[in-house]
Amino acid sequence: MRTMGLAAIDELVAVLDGAGYEVFGPRVRDGAIVLAPISGVADLPRGVGDEQDAARYRLRDRGDDRLFGYAAAAQGLKPVLFPSDELLVRIRKTPIGFDLEEPEAPARPRAFLGARDCDLRALAVHDTVLSSREFADKSYGQRRDGVFVVAVSCADPCGTCFCVSQGGSPKPGDGYDLALTELVDDAGHRFVVEVGSERGAEVLAQVTTAEAAESDLAAVDAQVAEATASMGRTLDTEGLPELMFAAADSPHWDTVAARCLACTNCTLVCPTCFCTSVEDSTDLSMSTTERHRVWDSCFGARFSYIHGGVVRASGKSRYRQWITHKLAGYQQQFGLSGCVGCGRCITWCPAAIDITAEAAALRASLADPETDLETAGEAR
Amino acid sequence: MTATDVAADVTAPGPMTPRPYRVVARRQDTHDTATLDLIPLYGEQAHWRSGQFMMLYAFGVGEIAVSISGGALPGEPLRHTIRDVGAVSHALTQTKVGDVIGVRGPFGTSWDAMDAVGGDLMFIAGGIGLAPLRPSILEAVRRRGEFRRVILLYGSRPGEGFLFTDEIEEWERLHGFTVHQGVRAGLADVVNDPSFDPAMLLTLACGPDIMMEVAAKTLTDRAVPPQKVRLSLERSMHCGIGLCGHCQLREAFMCVDGPVFSYDQLVPLLATEEL
Repeated sequence: MRTMGLAAIDELVAVLDGAGYEVFGPRVRDGAIVLAPISGVADLPRGVGDEQDAARYRLRDRGDDRLFGYAAAAQGLKPVLFPSDELLVRIRKTPIGFDLEEPEAPARPRAFLGARDCDLRALAVHDTVLSSREFADKSYGQRRDGVFVVAVSCADPCGTCFCVSQGGSPKPGDGYDLALTELVDDAGHRFVVEVGSERGAEVLAQVTTAEAAESDLAAVDAQVAEATASMGRTLDTEGLPELMFAAADSPHWDTVAARCLACTNCTLVCPTCFCTSVEDSTDLSMSTTERHRVWDSCFGARFSYIHGGVVRASGKSRYRQWITHKLAGYQQQFGLSGCVGCGRCITWCPAAIDITAEAAALRASLADPETDLETAGEAR
Repeated sequence: MTATDVAADVTAPGPMTPRPYRVVARRQDTHDTATLDLIPLYGEQAHWRSGQFMMLYAFGVGEIAVSISGGALPGEPLRHTIRDVGAVSHALTQTKVGDVIGVRGPFGTSWDAMDAVGGDLMFIAGGIGLAPLRPSILEAVRRRGEFRRVILLYGSRPGEGFLFTDEIEEWERLHGFTVHQGVRAGLADVVNDPSFDPAMLLTLACGPDIMMEVAAKTLTDRAVPPQKVRLSLERSMHCGIGLCGHCQLREAFMCVDGPVFSYDQLVPLLATEEL
């Protein structure tokens, strides 16, 4: 195992840039940490932490020098690899019919610095949904192809984190080329590096590193253990898919519907939500049409429209669709959970609806139909 | 999984890119329904199975899912029967011979009517639902001798009109189909007929959800195995390839797991409102 100092992060970004990657990392923008192109340490949220709870997100000054001292950023990798608006094909009218032209694949592969375990597990979900079935999403495949991941361990999980309940860990388990654990203590500011792929080893060889001390490895273990123990929330996953299906007619859906604004925030920030619409837009001369794939949401009124009306007209049916799909439908469809426990849907819900609390309330309402947990009262 | 081992073919045309097809014949079936015959501008016609659907694209207007209503034999053009119920279907029904539309597909599951060989085969159609059944009906006509009874129950809403009336008359007269106009009354006749044998019957139904549910309940109440009642469902299909999420019915993607389902698959999914 190797360690590297702060300056080596700049080297790492430069090596990736030199190797042709467009490097994305965490940056502070509009009071939130977002994923954006970076060129070095100066762009990173040094000393910035976050406070997250239901319907609450605030950045705070950590009082230390950590580059990755925040929990889940406002978005995962989804906006980069699966953009909210993607041109699929351009269709031009010709005298005998029409011509079709698909856009070129992105010229530069992406590299991500600072991806968390929840981000990587969400990426694996998208790989399964979008690239492993009978039909693959071509644009996603093009963007996903050749991605380089520098993952980072979470040192300071927030109030809405529950990755441990969902089989994750503050320490990235899989799906990275390099993984860093940031240590800040009396021994200095440094990063312990784990190599996850051959490409990762090749890149790391071009960066100044040193052999990691035994004490550093112990410090990594201690920090990860502490982070694991400080999840803000838990989700009881025992028999969850069966429970969600069984709860389809629960009276509890009315309680949720009374609070849900159907604003679609949860689906926008969810790193595994993949629903889209196809939109064709034609220029004023009616000679060229562009077909775009745009994010859509099961909370939208038009989402389930067929001629004659919408299938899911009520708010409760839409919330039920979303949470049942996350916690049960994905299992049936893809053999994995649609929830990675990143907590973003809880943080960014303006009505403070909490997926862990709703699942618990449904569990309770099934166990004893007389009790409907008034989850609204729990809003903090 | 490592970050690099996602292997999707990123060079072939994407499944969201339509192929241009030319309208070579057009027939007005009812006041709001037209049938188009289509051949590809370039290359071979797509190979499809009865019950599957295509995504039809009207230039500058949009794309909708439409079942295939004919064209199974070599050299026959692809056939779609389209009811004018929205902007895209309006544009498609207004096309003229020589116009070019976009076609993606075929997508979805099929009727597999030949599972009924040696037994009885019943088609139940409501309104435009007759169109997706037509390729299987023609298959039954071609191989009529391999079935015992072939039954068609066909109903439509008042004012909706009837499709393929000339053909229905032929199926009844020349090919010995038992034809009932009206689904509910026809069903009663079928299940009350002394020769009704629930174990020997395969039913293929396409129409409004409520019609199919009533039919499936009636038949399964009379000991027809739910596995042998197949229904074709309509939901909001946008991509046709299981990626966009619109047509999900709980864990089912209607476009790839359907549109044809057997009733035993659907029982838990149809039991809840707005699922």
